[in-house]
Amino acid sequence: MLAHFRKLVPQLVRILKNLIMSGYSPEHDVSGISDPFLQVRILRLLRILGKSDDDSSEAMNDILAQVATNTETSKNVGNAILYETVLTIMDIKSESGLRVLAINILGRFLLNNDKNIRYVALTSLLKTVQTDHNAVQRHRSTIVDCLKDLDVSIKRRAMELSFALVNGNNIRGMMKELLYFLDSCDPEFKADCASGVFLAAEKYAPSKRWHIDTIMRVLTTAGSYVRDDSVPNLIQLITNSVEMHAYTVQRLYKALLDDISQQPLVQVASWCIGEYGDLLVSGQCEEEEPIQVTEDEVLDVLEGLLVSNLSTPVTRGYSLTAIMKLSTRFSSVNRIKKVVSIYGSSIDVELQQRAVEYNALFKKYDHMRPALLERMPIMEKSATNGPTEIVQTNGETEPSVVEPKHPPLVTQPANQANDLLVLLGGNDVPVIQTTMPTKPASAGGELLELLGDLSLSGGPAPAPAPSVPTSQPSFLLDGLSSQPLFNDIATAAIPPMTAYNKNGLKIDFTFERANPNPNIAVITIHASNSTEADMTDFVFQAAVPKTFQLQLLSPSSNVVPALNQGTVTQVIRVLNPQKQQLRMRIKLTYTLKGSPVQDLAEVNNFPPQSWQ
Amino acid sequence: MMRFLLLFSRQGKLRLQKWFTPMAEREKKKIIRDMTTMVLARQPRSCNFLHWKDLKVIYKRYASLYFCLAVDNQENELLALEVIHRYVELLDKYFGNVCELDIIFNFEKAYFILDEFLMGGEIQETSKQMVNRSIEASDMLQEDDNSDWYEVELFG
Repeated sequence: MLAHFRKLVPQLVRILKNLIMSGYSPEHDVSGISDPFLQVRILRLLRILGKSDDDSSEAMNDILAQVATNTETSKNVGNAILYETVLTIMDIKSESGLRVLAINILGRFLLNNDKNIRYVALTSLLKTVQTDHNAVQRHRSTIVDCLKDLDVSIKRRAMELSFALVNGNNIRGMMKELLYFLDSCDPEFKADCASGVFLAAEKYAPSKRWHIDTIMRVLTTAGSYVRDDSVPNLIQLITNSVEMHAYTVQRLYKALLDDISQQPLVQVASWCIGEYGDLLVSGQCEEEEPIQVTEDEVLDVLEGLLVSNLSTPVTRGYSLTAIMKLSTRFSSVNRIKKVVSIYGSSIDVELQQRAVEYNALFKKYDHMRPALLERMPIMEKSATNGPTEIVQTNGETEPSVVEPKHPPLVTQPANQANDLLVLLGGNDVPVIQTTMPTKPASAGGELLELLGDLSLSGGPAPAPAPSVPTSQPSFLLDGLSSQPLFNDIATAAIPPMTAYNKNGLKIDFTFERANPNPNIAVITIHASNSTEADMTDFVFQAAVPKTFQLQLLSPSSNVVPALNQGTVTQVIRVLNPQKQQLRMRIKLTYTLKGSPVQDLAEVNNFPPQSWQ
Repeated sequence: MMRFLLLFSRQGKLRLQKWFTPMAEREKKKIIRDMTTMVLARQPRSCNFLHWKDLKVIYKRYASLYFCLAVDNQENELLALEVIHRYVELLDKYFGNVCELDIIFNFEKAYFILDEFLMGGEIQETSKQMVNRSIEASDMLQEDDNSDWYEVELFG
C-alpha cells in the first residue's frame, strides 16, 4: 500500500518547496514562517514514505537540506520544523552528509538556552547514538555540561546519553564528570548512575588500579544506593586482579575506618580483609604508602562491625566469616576462637549457625581448617544471570569425611534425574522444541532438513571416563550459603568455546551442568556483532543428531547491537543420555544494513567435558 | 494524534476539557486529577514536557491559566506548543485581549473555536482567518435569530 503513496513523493516535495519559497501569507503565517503545521505534516509523511525506500529518500534529500538550512531558528516555530526535519533525516535512507547536518542541528539545539529545545535535542540524540555514534561524540562536551543543568528531566537524559557515549578513548574524562555528577545528584539518580558507572568501568577500564579506584569512589559516595548484585561482581573483580590485592585491601581498610554505614562498602571491605588480611598487616604495598596495622586493630574493626547497630545481618555474616578466615592468616587465634564461640549463642540464626560450624572447625576438624580457609581461587564469570547454585570451590573438597553428614541430599538428585528422563520420553525421536518468537512451523521444516544432513552415527563412543566431581559441594559449608557467603559463581569448569565467527558475527558457547540431571548440558550462546551496523531480526536455530534432545529457550532479543555494544543470549538445553560426542548444526539468519543474511555452520569442537 | 486538552487555573479549577478519544467518566476524572497535580507541582523554570503513562504531556502557562495538551509518543512536542499558542491567539482575536473570565463566562464560544481549529485529535484548519470567519458567521446566525423573536414579541 505504501508503494501506492510513494508515487506522490515528488508532488509533496513540490508543495513543501512552494511553502518555503513563497511570499508572506498573513493568514497562515506564524512568526514569519508560512504554515508550519502543514510543513511539519508534510515532513512526517515524507518520513513514513521514505523509511525503507531508496528512491523516495533520494528525491527528498534536496528539500530536506533546504529546509534544514533555511529555516529561522530564533523562534520556537522554526525549531519545531527543524526538529521534525531532523527526525525525518534520521529515519529515511539519507546520505551521510545529511545525517551529519542533522546531528549538527541537534548539537546547536543543545547550546540553546531554552530548556525545551535542549530536552528535545537530548531525546533525539539518545535515539540516534546507536546508529551515528561518531557524529554524536563530537557534541560530548555539551552533553556533559547538561549534566549540571537544574532541570531534572534534562539531567536524566544527559546522564543516559553520557553512558551511551562512553568508550575506550574518553573513559577517564567521562568518568571524572560522571563521578562528580554522582556526588551531587538527587537520590533517585544515584542507583542508575552507580550501575551505569560500574558497567562502563567494567567494559572500558584502562587499568586495574583505575578500575578499583573508581569502584571505591562509587562505594564511598553512593554506597547505599548501589544495587545488590554489584557486591558479588566487585568481589570477583578484586580476586581477579591479583597484583592489586594489597593496595585494594589497604584502601578498603582505610575506608572502613572512616565510615561503616554504607553496607555494600562494608561487605566488600570485610570480605577483602578476610581474604587478604595477611597482606594488610605485613605492610607491603607498592602503589601507595603502606600503613602500619596490627592484627589486633584489624580484629577490632571486624568485631566492631559485628556489634554495630548499623550493620545488617548480611554484613554481620560477612564479618564473622572474615574473622574466621583470619584464623589461618593471623597468629592471634585465641581471640578469634573466643569471638566465634560467643556468637554460637547468637539470636540471629544465620550467625549462630556460622559460629557453631566454625567452632566445630576449631575443635573437631582442625586439620581441615587451613585447607578450607585458604585463599579463594580466581573465579570465572558465569554465563547465566539468574540464581545459580552456590558451590564452594575452595581448595580441595573432602567428600569422604563430609558425606555421611548429609546422605538425604545425595539420593535426592538421583530421583529427580529419573523423573526428568521419564518426562522427556524416549531419546530416539529427534524432538526439537523451540520457544522462539518466530513461526515454529516453518522453523521445524527447515530444522528437519538440517537434521537430514547430519550423519546419525555420532562420534566414537567415549571411553568411560571417571565422573568429574563438578558439583560435589563441600557440605560442611554448603549449609551456610543461604546468602552468597563466598560469592562463588558456579561453573563446572567446562571451558567456553567460540562456535562461529564470520562476517563480524561471533557466537560463543558457555556451558553448565544442569543439576540434578548430569546428562543435560545447558549451553548459553552469546552473539556479538563487531560490524558497524546493528543486526536485526536475528534468529538462531540449532539441530542435533538423533540421539540427543534439544530445547531452545527464548532469546534475550532479536537485535544484536553494532560494535560489540551488547550481546544477544539464548539458552539451549541438550539432553545427552548416551553420552555421545556432542555435535550441532546451527543456522543463523539476520538482517544487516537492510539485506538479509543466512548462514549454516557445523559445530564440532565441543570440549569433552560438556558431553562426558 | 492529540488525546485531550485541559485548561485549568492556578488553583486547580477546570475551565475547559476536550477529549479526542472516547473515555469513561471515571477515567476522565482520574486524568484530570493526575494532570492538575502533576502540572501544578512543576517548578517555574523547568521544561514544558512531561511523560505520563504512554503519552507526552505538553503544558504552557498563560497568565493564570494552564493549557495542558496530551499527545502520542511520536508527536513533535515543539509543534504541540505551537498548537497551544495558536489556540490562544484565536481566542485572543475573538474576545479581544482574552482573560480567564472571558473563558469562564463564554465557555461555549471557547469550545466552538476549539472545534473549528482541532478535530478528531488533529489540526483541522491552519488559517486563522478561516476560523475567525466561521465563528463570526455562526455568531451572526445567532443574532439574526434573536431579532426574529423580538419582532414576534412586538406583534403579540
